[in-house]
Amino acid sequence: MNWNLFVTELVAGITHGSVYALIALGYSMVYGILKLLNFAHGDVYMVGAYIGYGWITVFGGSFAMHANPVLILVLMFVTAMIGCGLLGMMIERFAYRRLRSAPRIAPLITALGVSFFLENAAQLVLGAQQQQYNPFGWLKGPIALHGWKLPSGVLLSYAHAIIVAGTIVLCVLLTWFVQRTQTGKAMRAVSFDREAAAMMGIDVDRVIVVTFFIGSALAGAAGVFNGIEYSQVFPTMGFQAGLFAFTAAVVGGIGNLPGSVAGGVLIGLAESFSTGYLSSTFQQAIVFAILIAVMLVRPSGLFGRAAVQKV
Amino acid sequence: MSEQNLPGRPDEAQVPKVGVDAWVATHAERVHATRLQQWIAQVPRPAFYLAFGIAAALLPAITNDGYVIRVGFDTVLYMLLALGLNIAVGYAGLLDLGYVAFFGIGAYGYAMLSSPKFGIHLDTLFVIPIAIIGTAIVGFLVAIPSRRLLGDYLAIVTLFFLQLFVTVTQNGNKISVLGLTRGYDVTGGPNGIPDLDNWDLAGLKIGSLNGYYYAMLVTFLLCLGAVYLIDQSRTGRAWKSLREDPLAAELMGMPVNRLKILAFAIGAGIGGLAGTLFAGLNGAVFSADFDVPTLIIVYAMLILGGAGSIGGVILGALVVNVSLEVLRTPGHATWIFYVALLAGLLAKLRPWRVLAVVLGGTIAFGYAVHAVATSAWPSGVHGEPSIGGWLGRGLSGWQLEPTQPRNIGNWAFIALVLAVLVLTLLQGWWRRLALIPTLYLASFVWDNRLVVEPSITRLILIGVILIVLMNARPQGLLGSARVEIV
Repeated sequence: MNWNLFVTELVAGITHGSVYALIALGYSMVYGILKLLNFAHGDVYMVGAYIGYGWITVFGGSFAMHANPVLILVLMFVTAMIGCGLLGMMIERFAYRRLRSAPRIAPLITALGVSFFLENAAQLVLGAQQQQYNPFGWLKGPIALHGWKLPSGVLLSYAHAIIVAGTIVLCVLLTWFVQRTQTGKAMRAVSFDREAAAMMGIDVDRVIVVTFFIGSALAGAAGVFNGIEYSQVFPTMGFQAGLFAFTAAVVGGIGNLPGSVAGGVLIGLAESFSTGYLSSTFQQAIVFAILIAVMLVRPSGLFGRAAVQKV
Repeated sequence: MSEQNLPGRPDEAQVPKVGVDAWVATHAERVHATRLQQWIAQVPRPAFYLAFGIAAALLPAITNDGYVIRVGFDTVLYMLLALGLNIAVGYAGLLDLGYVAFFGIGAYGYAMLSSPKFGIHLDTLFVIPIAIIGTAIVGFLVAIPSRRLLGDYLAIVTLFFLQLFVTVTQNGNKISVLGLTRGYDVTGGPNGIPDLDNWDLAGLKIGSLNGYYYAMLVTFLLCLGAVYLIDQSRTGRAWKSLREDPLAAELMGMPVNRLKILAFAIGAGIGGLAGTLFAGLNGAVFSADFDVPTLIIVYAMLILGGAGSIGGVILGALVVNVSLEVLRTPGHATWIFYVALLAGLLAKLRPWRVLAVVLGGTIAFGYAVHAVATSAWPSGVHGEPSIGGWLGRGLSGWQLEPTQPRNIGNWAFIALVLAVLVLTLLQGWWRRLALIPTLYLASFVWDNRLVVEPSITRLILIGVILIVLMNARPQGLLGSARVEIV
């Protein structure tokens, strides 16, 4: 067995799985609260990647950076998260809010429209071609500490480490927020029973806005992560990422936050091993097969509890 | 109808009879209808379909222009597609996002069975049933995993299915069994399948564009009749009842799952049928024709016309396809833009004083901006307007035309989106005042940026149509029924 290939694919799978996990969290949070499948979420992720790309251009383009790379990375993250959070809030306010009591199909079709609009507006404004996203040579280099080196052939770069560590930090922060703060408690209450929460004096509108902000901010971070790992951005990148991340959320149990993260990593691993051992054209088929299998065998997801529907 | 004849609300004086909500039952009488609307309501629906059929059949008699006939063919094709989608979305309330994949399967099925690709040249009379039944079976298989689940899951499974279909057809030129055998060429990959046979219905060969137009029209009218009959039948009523309230339908003893899967499969079958016609006329199939943009366009047609309404399907496809076609020529597109803007203002701004203030304000605002820009920013007024003629000359004195419109146009586009969003938050006179610069900005963005890139602009417009319609008029132009997804 080729261990180098195995470890490389494992690392790539966990890294990309982290990106899916961050996107899946947003899907899961919005679905938990509004029971809405937010198709536009993948495109919010795309916008996040482009915000990061914007800073690279501002600081001299891909290959001639003239500023401290750590500073730029921090700038990219903070602005991508805030920008995407605001975008998510706007989408909620202007596209979904009026449809909250409408038949279920209405917000779904609106979400399709928002996704399509964002994708094509990005194509108009930013151009359809792929943009290079590779500002920091050292990020892509293999990790080396005090003379200790990885075996040659294993690809474990600083970018991988940053992505996984960043995802863990964001997940810990999110867990703290949802479990320990007043707003987090309100979020769980609204997700459990919106009407009862409203009767208890919870400002449901505010909770929903906060949910969209946080979910979209996580997608923005995922966009930058994806950018520093895969080195390119393009306007339609959100479509497949959104599809895979939604699958991750379903696999983990939609509405269940730890489940979404686990589902994301699982999908990332499935994608990377199928690319490494079969061929990249199979990855969609394999992820689709996982989705169908989970839906047939365990519709509530691997970590979700079976939903009891009240009538 | 006078004011006194209106029935009061049931909770006022009279108590409704058990099982009958009088207020709801008399809804139609209370709706204020003009003489024309009353007359239209009395004409049986099939008469309209027949009238449409006759009018459409006259198109080749009116014009010899191949381009116009081709647009007519595409429009009727979209009508057929929207008709099939309407069964799943409008009748049964299932959000089918893999619909164009069935269209593609029909087209690829036709291509494989009547081309030199595999040396098979079947009679089209056999290919059509194979395509319809084959796609319906695939639709059945796709619907099965999500039959017990929420409609949202069906949406994501079908969307994934569409994505998979595109990937498979794009990479289907080297399909091997688990990487063990040599690669077989099944779908031609990115090159598609060329050199398809023409339709051959037991010796009746269809070779010309007009021939295909009539074949398309006849097929559509037959399907329209069939769908109308299904709509009126027990099954049609069952679909609508399960769309309105699946729980109540189930309690009434309806086989909800079977009905849903049936609707899904029939819709898929119609998609497959449309695919055979599309492939027959084009003479080649490419996977790019069966991707998400096509799906969204068909959805926009369905939603614009009104999901659940057969007449809405015809109207929606006609309006969307013809306007998208007109948008291709910048000269026409600019005309359409200003006419549509004016029509929208005429319809929305009442009384006429408001309209006069907004229109006059916009024109004055434009000249003021233009005058300031002439001295402050000379390169902002020396570009070319997108259109010639007197409209273009008028525009060049009023609208800013930068010599390098690309960058500023992009920023203006973003500003326009934000301005429109802010506009929806304002009320009363503030909104009317804010409308003036927004209109000017819209005209600027259109003239300098959107009209230059028609292929992206049409897709952006489709997205906007979906968002705005769903928020402002979810029932579309002709629909009345509410659509519930389960």
